[in-house]
Amino acid sequence: MKKVLKTPIRNEDLETLRAGDVVYLDGLLVTCRDVGHRRLIELGRELPVDLKGLAIFHAGPIVAKDGDGWKMISIGPTTSMRMERFEKDFIEKTGVKLIVGKGGMGADTAEACKRHKAVHAVFPGGCAVLAATEVEEIERVEWQDLGMPEALWVSRVKKFGPLIISIDTLGNNLFEKNKAEFNQKKGPIIEDINRQVRFIK
Amino acid sequence: MDKHEAQRSLTDTMAKFTAYVGKHLPQDVLEKLAQLREGEDSPLSRVVYDSMFENLKAADRLNRPCCQDTGVIQYFIKAGASFPLLGELREILGDAVRQATREAPLRHNAVETFVEKNTGDNTGTRVPWIEWDVVPGEDAVIEVYMAGGGCSLPGAAKVLMPAAGYEGIVQFVFDVITSYGVNACPPLLVGVGVSTSVETAAMLSKKAILRPIGTRHPNPQAAGMELLLEKGLNEVGIGPQGLTGNSTVLGVHIESSARHPSTIGVGVSVGCWAHRRGTIRIAPDMSYEILSHKEAAL
Repeated sequence: MKKVLKTPIRNEDLETLRAGDVVYLDGLLVTCRDVGHRRLIELGRELPVDLKGLAIFHAGPIVAKDGDGWKMISIGPTTSMRMERFEKDFIEKTGVKLIVGKGGMGADTAEACKRHKAVHAVFPGGCAVLAATEVEEIERVEWQDLGMPEALWVSRVKKFGPLIISIDTLGNNLFEKNKAEFNQKKGPIIEDINRQVRFIK
Repeated sequence: MDKHEAQRSLTDTMAKFTAYVGKHLPQDVLEKLAQLREGEDSPLSRVVYDSMFENLKAADRLNRPCCQDTGVIQYFIKAGASFPLLGELREILGDAVRQATREAPLRHNAVETFVEKNTGDNTGTRVPWIEWDVVPGEDAVIEVYMAGGGCSLPGAAKVLMPAAGYEGIVQFVFDVITSYGVNACPPLLVGVGVSTSVETAAMLSKKAILRPIGTRHPNPQAAGMELLLEKGLNEVGIGPQGLTGNSTVLGVHIESSARHPSTIGVGVSVGCWAHRRGTIRIAPDMSYEILSHKEAAL
């Protein structure tokens, strides 16, 4: 059975989740990426959306005008690590509970997830039409002066996923663990290749 | 067809082809992905590959860009010296990008530097980016490439001392891929440029990922090194989306030039699994043939 999170998300909804689990989301999902984070944390501007208990998506979508509103055409995750510099403070200031993106995040975000009971999850990268079909409607858009990718698109989503938990509320960090494994494996592999590429004689 | 009409016709063809490339992966990439999917057995790998193929189907059915990040559009042109619209091509491709941006639609991805404003139509200073190769003949072969930010981020180039040897190249490739590959939407197509300086090595590494998957460098030692790097990177086991698995790459391609005796320039470019590359040949009468996609209709 699919595990579905609903906004507003409570601490107890997240506490049993572990890195590597797969979940889906019902409710409000707000895109927020590089400049949105910078404006709140570095420039001290107030976010035009109250994110308490909600989910953000590190994503810059393609949207199209649809009458008076907007239609989601294509929306996939972007590299979460770009937001690492801001995310710890972002979680603390906004009370956001679920951060969706691509690839892992670092130690600061993991620490904030542990302290404030939040999780980071990945949506499979490049699967942007799949994600768009899970968006029921775009409720509104804020900070449109930032252009299409960077604006804050507030969407109502249904069975949005798969979302693979990468950082859980204990601070377990799936990608950091994987990366350590990759780095450990690579040494002997490189040595073996290097014996076969001594072309300068 | 007079020149004005020819220009309009080619603009329309290139707008439609650019949009098409954003929505459909080329045949060689589709085949390789299907093959790699077969080789994965972990539950998370399966979740990711299922999503990838479901997504491609949805993009096809709904006629939408398969990834939201449709890149800063790049064109790599092999232009026949007698191609009738050689002088007009830059203007044509700029217009084609604006049309594709409206009609596909493509994401607005051109941020004018220093002004720091999104132009809203995917054109800007030197964008779309165009690389030229002028060859004898009267056809033009145009490669369209759109790379998202995710797979552009790992790109790196550096100049090694000759003492580092080809071993230094291997180390550099592995360092780049294990440090940044996870975020670039693996399985990845890895291009390696081997040359003299940063810009030549970097450009060759980009040209390497424009080659059809699995084609080999003409030099047997270089071709052997491509295979060694492929096997080695797969053994690292980054897997789809970095969630671990039995493969890391769609392939590794090397492009090279002769080099200065005192330097080894090495560049690495990375393409994501949604490797949106398309090749079209334009005849002097503006009729066209699509070389990269099976049964493509514009």
